[in-house]
Amino acid sequence: MLDRAQATPPQPDANTETRPVAFRGAGFAPVTNRYAGWAALALVIALWQAAGSFGLVNPLFLPTPLAIARAIYQLGVSGALWHHLSWSVMRIGTGWILGTVAGVFVGFAIGLSSMARSVGITFISALFPIPKIALLPLLILWLGIGEQPKIATIALGVFFSTAISVYSGVDAVPRNLIRMAQSFNVPFSTIVRRVIWPGALPSILAGCRITASVALLLVVSAEMIGAEYGIGAFVLQAGNLMQTDQLLAGVVILSLFGLAVGRLINLLETRLLHWR
Amino acid sequence: MDLIADHISHRFGALDVLDAVSFTVGAGEVVAIVGPSGCGKSTLLSILGGLLRPVSGGAELRGAPPTDSLNPLTFVFQDFALLPWCTVEANVEFPLLHTGLSTAARRALVADALRRTSLADFRAAYPKQLSGGMRQRVGIARALAVRPAILLMDEPLSALDSQTRELLMEDFIALLADGAMGAVYVTHNLEEAVRLADRIVVLSRRPGRVREVVPIAMTRSERGEINARSRLLSLQNELWSLIRTEAIDAEREVQHA
Repeated sequence: MLDRAQATPPQPDANTETRPVAFRGAGFAPVTNRYAGWAALALVIALWQAAGSFGLVNPLFLPTPLAIARAIYQLGVSGALWHHLSWSVMRIGTGWILGTVAGVFVGFAIGLSSMARSVGITFISALFPIPKIALLPLLILWLGIGEQPKIATIALGVFFSTAISVYSGVDAVPRNLIRMAQSFNVPFSTIVRRVIWPGALPSILAGCRITASVALLLVVSAEMIGAEYGIGAFVLQAGNLMQTDQLLAGVVILSLFGLAVGRLINLLETRLLHWR
Repeated sequence: MDLIADHISHRFGALDVLDAVSFTVGAGEVVAIVGPSGCGKSTLLSILGGLLRPVSGGAELRGAPPTDSLNPLTFVFQDFALLPWCTVEANVEFPLLHTGLSTAARRALVADALRRTSLADFRAAYPKQLSGGMRQRVGIARALAVRPAILLMDEPLSALDSQTRELLMEDFIALLADGAMGAVYVTHNLEEAVRLADRIVVLSRRPGRVREVVPIAMTRSERGEINARSRLLSLQNELWSLIRTEAIDAEREVQHA
């Protein structure tokens, strides 16, 4: 039997003390403080500089931030920085574009065609785990000792991650949107262009973020194995000559390059995914 | 133009969902489909709209659609199915892009659809900026833009709160008032069915069969009058008595699935 509501609510005893309901909803909602990160970074750099300046650390093994900054400045003034950087950028750019174009094409094919899915996923599953840098000697045998094997290594590394992120993105496009478009007799090509492509774009851009890092990793590795110019080659030479300030200058430049690429992708996301 | 469900049967794997469902939706007629959960109402609508191929039987059209109709059978979806990267205006224009209409003609159709759904002031908004009710209005505007002969509505109000449901129900009644458009209205809400439909097809529990077709012998404007309420309520009770036992069985079936 249901309880019936009482005509008058129960009256609290005026003599009994009240107490507030304890708040239990704190935490599990982390927020980013944009200044905290920079402050922490500045603190670490200051401590590092102090350790070097006071002779607590051997500058041969760990040069001070000022020494690294000086090395970067000298590399910039002498033109060596731009020379090495331009070779690396050319290799990364070419390899990344080739790998991305092929990955987008294959990813869409896998996402849209049963035949391509059956064949493609098998090949990608088998080949994706191979460290692509291990293929460089083979690629040198096939393509010669010029730029082609290095670019091909980067393209291969970028291709697999791109293909996976693209077909995952296509799979993640809500089916109801595709059914909606079909219910209006929208042609296949228009559905791909206006529904699937924008729907898959968040995943594709997330893939670009990963492939940019992969490309950077592979260009440095490839340049360390077989290149005269490039940031990877420069870092290796500096290490061989115990020029640790130059070595770390190269590392900082790589880090800045990675940051710049990440920033570019952030900008693209802001422009292309403003609807989220 | 009539829409005919001709002995439609369907199954998903070993699960029989629909069993020889037949009925006709005449030009300008509103037919509601009700039945217990899982009886195949939405599946039936997908088959009627050509989005799902039935195991046997099929959906047929009789007679020519209106000359200005760009998509005679047009869906209004339960989850709105709006493109989140497009503005309200672009969502409404989306089904017109491939029709070969000039930009000016498309804009005129979009403007008319937005005006009829009171969305003209929201043309530049994105779906995420709109309430559920407004999103469904965009879905309706998109459907109206292609001048449908028959609207296929799959529980269009079920994702909305009761006040928004009431407002949109009034919109539906107004849109269907002139009889220029027919509709198949799938719902589990019997009140919506008796307020909107000319006939109500009651399906049995799975596999869904036509259990009864209940005509409503009142115009939709009559149903809005105060003295019609008791008759509508008794119709609703009559429908509920047809469904109740099977709805209980269907619910237990779902719980034990």
